[in-house]
Amino acid sequence: MAESGLLQKEYWDLTYITGPLVFLKNGGRFPTGAILNLTMENGEVRQGQVLEVTTDHAVVQVLQGTVGIDIKGTAVSLKNEGARIACSKDVIGRVFNGIGQPIDGLAPIVAEEERSILGAAINPVSRNKPNDFIETGISVIDGFNTLVRGQKLPVFSGAGLPANELANMIVQQAQVRGEDEDFVVVFAAMGLTSREADYFTRSFEEGGQGQRVVAFMNKADDPVIERLFAPRSALTIAEYLAFDKDYQVLVILTDMTSYCEALRQISSAREEIPGRRGYPGYMYTDLSTIYERAGRIHGKKGSVTQIPILTMPDDDITHPIPDLTGYITEGQIVLGRSLHRQNVFPPVDLLPCLSRLMNNGIGEGRTTAWHREWSNQLYASYARGRDVRKLMAIVGEDALTPMDKNYLNFTVSFETNMVGQGFTRRTIEETFDIGWKLMGLLPKTELTRISRETVDEFYQETKPEDFK
Amino acid sequence: MADIAGKLVRISGPMIAADGMLGVAMGEMVKVGKLGLMGEVIRIDGETAYAQVYEDTSGMFLGEPVVAQGAPLSIELGPGLLGQTYDGIQRPLIDLQKTSGDFIDRGLSADPLDYTKKWAFTPKAAVGQEVTGGDYLGSVPETEYLDHNIMVPPGVSGKIKTIVGTGEYTVQETIATLEDGTELTMTHKWPVKLPRPFKKKLPMNQPFITGQRVLDMLFPIALGGSAIVPGGFGTGKTVVEQQISKFCNADIIVYVGCGERGNEMADVLDEFPKLRDPKTGGPLMNRMILVVNTSNMPVAAREASVYTGITLGEYYRDQGYSVAMMADSTSRWAEALREISSRLEEMPGEEGYPTYLSTRTAEFYERAGRVDCIGTITKGDEGRRGSLTLVGAVSPPGGDFSEPVTQNSMRVAGGFWALDAKLAYSRHYPAINWNMSYSLYLNDLDSWFRENAPAGWMENRQKAVDLLQRDTELQEIVQLVGPDALQEHERLVLEMARMVKETFLQQNAFSDDDAYSSLDKTGHLIEALMLFYAECESALSAGVTLESILSHPIREEVSRLRELNPEGFVEKKEKVVQEMKAALQGLVEKAA
Repeated sequence: MAESGLLQKEYWDLTYITGPLVFLKNGGRFPTGAILNLTMENGEVRQGQVLEVTTDHAVVQVLQGTVGIDIKGTAVSLKNEGARIACSKDVIGRVFNGIGQPIDGLAPIVAEEERSILGAAINPVSRNKPNDFIETGISVIDGFNTLVRGQKLPVFSGAGLPANELANMIVQQAQVRGEDEDFVVVFAAMGLTSREADYFTRSFEEGGQGQRVVAFMNKADDPVIERLFAPRSALTIAEYLAFDKDYQVLVILTDMTSYCEALRQISSAREEIPGRRGYPGYMYTDLSTIYERAGRIHGKKGSVTQIPILTMPDDDITHPIPDLTGYITEGQIVLGRSLHRQNVFPPVDLLPCLSRLMNNGIGEGRTTAWHREWSNQLYASYARGRDVRKLMAIVGEDALTPMDKNYLNFTVSFETNMVGQGFTRRTIEETFDIGWKLMGLLPKTELTRISRETVDEFYQETKPEDFK
Repeated sequence: MADIAGKLVRISGPMIAADGMLGVAMGEMVKVGKLGLMGEVIRIDGETAYAQVYEDTSGMFLGEPVVAQGAPLSIELGPGLLGQTYDGIQRPLIDLQKTSGDFIDRGLSADPLDYTKKWAFTPKAAVGQEVTGGDYLGSVPETEYLDHNIMVPPGVSGKIKTIVGTGEYTVQETIATLEDGTELTMTHKWPVKLPRPFKKKLPMNQPFITGQRVLDMLFPIALGGSAIVPGGFGTGKTVVEQQISKFCNADIIVYVGCGERGNEMADVLDEFPKLRDPKTGGPLMNRMILVVNTSNMPVAAREASVYTGITLGEYYRDQGYSVAMMADSTSRWAEALREISSRLEEMPGEEGYPTYLSTRTAEFYERAGRVDCIGTITKGDEGRRGSLTLVGAVSPPGGDFSEPVTQNSMRVAGGFWALDAKLAYSRHYPAINWNMSYSLYLNDLDSWFRENAPAGWMENRQKAVDLLQRDTELQEIVQLVGPDALQEHERLVLEMARMVKETFLQQNAFSDDDAYSSLDKTGHLIEALMLFYAECESALSAGVTLESILSHPIREEVSRLRELNPEGFVEKKEKVVQEMKAALQGLVEKAA
């Protein structure tokens, strides 16, 4: 645990360097997971983590990269038995690099406690079911894919789609109704370009969030290994603030695609057997140790809610990164390119979206008793309308039945009025009203997903002109 | 026994190697390092043993001790299992919470059963009786509704020398001794990777009823059968498994959450204790055992969790119960195999999975079955019969069913319930694709359904299947020329198929009235729909236009039948059918 270099023995053990990895001759000196100091001849000190030990050698990944390290003149010493981070309330409002060192020019954090960034699994029986509805003010989320406290709901984006803007909108607008609690945003940037990083920093400042954001910045030109540490550092702080200090924490992790690519890079340097598309076979397990660090715990006030953002390579949702993410997270918000081209904001492609915990956040006493039916009906009608639109592209509008045309009208209005809300905040009631108005475009007998009493109470016929 | 103890020479993630382990056996448990983490020997090379460790290995030094435990991974079987929540290696999670708080520390151990609780034991065997493995020594009421039979462990036999009388005993007290001195308690241990013995497998001719219309009607499996539920993320695997757990006709349910979400398990733990068991009216948790190893818990324990689950299932099967085991998801188990195999630097097979994936999958699914249980056959007793039904979720990458885990599981499981992302996107749940799914048990179950299900079950089933098949063909034409180009009779097929999908195949898991569909409701609902179809057909032939049929309010009445509670369904349905016949008759008269 000692930080002071004086007591630490130094070794000149390096035998082999490849990519971000160095190999040491004797594996018995350090425990697995230990953080080492590598002191170069020119006095520069870098950090490395022990990945594997055998009697012949130890494999160490160097956080700041291996360029400039030579076998002859680099000394190795133990810095820490594992990767740890200083926890304190004072982290709020500060900016750190991926391994938790301040980069905002201010003084280091005085730790109340140091914690391993690996974290431990929350005991499933200790978990409290997430059930507080978070109103994000965004119709496609609140109405159809409700976010609840303690959930992990990623945004699947494509290159050039406004995922950052959507995430920012959530940060600015999200609130639990009727509550005014201590709310903190923990922001972990992985491989972000300077422009993107700048966008977030500026937006947080402008929105007045600056004083309640903890940022972990690993930009595109920062060392790749720190990228693997950034989300874990961020989540360790998030857990500390949530479960020790009663904060409601919203964690934004962006961009998980850069994270996975860093993981692949290390894996290939270790000459591991690659899995799908060259990503390591343990990527599911690795990602789960990040995403599963969200939730609520019985008897604790705070919560950790995660919104990871990832870029689907070539907009392919079956790519391993979105695929494995979708298998771990509790749903996904998917952005669509064609809506973006039509200038719809937020360009959310509703059909592949899902919130698995929606049911916990809606219903009597939270939103309204018929929320689920309302959402199912609009979903089903929109899906049918999209099929009709596809059909129309092949056979022409004239070949459609009158009912099909109704659905076509509905779908067009749905996309412009429900999805395309622009940069405004809508209450859930406003979202519901728009939904009922849209359902008015369909004959009443088509609304079989909603109970008859509810339809009778809210249904009013509307015409496409009403939406002009 | 002299302890075999060696020293760590290699640590790589969950895989370790230790020297000086001569004499340790394949599959034997070892305690690793100063923390005493549990591990399992998976390769032996001279004096070096390789083991997979069930907990995180970081922070360990080479040279730390590795001590063999003398037995393979075993679980303890006895009264007190029901209602428990275990991790992958049978540690009760609630006890771990007591010792280590809300986060799970390393190197913990906990007793799998409550050793202090006293159970009311009633003997069923007498001094001097010859007993063999599987014979009952007595029974204890494990829950209000279920007697736990205390069996002579498999492989043990002899003449009873002493046996205790009726009274209260803990699971560790000796309740009987045999002539050869063997002492028997209410529990015994069993290695999880070894299937428990049975006399013989029986033909499977009783259905595993799930309360889900699409499964019970179109793709039923048998008690003792197995099915897989493959589907991409978000298609509803977990909801399907949970619905089946709630409503199926098995006596006991073992639910294994293998590498899945923590919040999902929180949901189960929150919801299931509140649910009533439809069979007994008692809490549903009383007939369940949960085995939970979430995705961020150690990978090697994930591999063990499905075996722990199935061994628990076999144990109750041996008592003559019907047991259902849900494994969610078997893909995570296969991935754990892959991860360990890759660290052992084994030659990979397809997609990096080890080449023994298919053997392991087959061995696992073959542990399901309906069996003659072991035990002495006495006069007037034809022997106990128990069954273990297995439903495994599969999570294929990218929703692509051609991947190895789905393909290997398909070869051994008798039911294939394919989940379809396109259906899920339009909120058609359960999103079971009727064209791709199948059941191999249909012929075996035919006579059961004819005798026990509502009249016309198999006939209406065939009609529905034909209708859906015809719909698929016509949809292809519609995609080319548009629906307007079809004949009215053909368009009726499309409309009726849509109605079957929306009214019959879909089922709302969140509705109190629709979440469970009794055989009666299922049979009568399809009958009503097929009658409606036939009536519409003849109305069309009598000159009524399709438009006037579709816009008639009776269509909505028929589709809303699905919302009715199974209780009293048949009478209400009869009423709607009468109205429907009258309505169509009216249309015919108007047209004429």
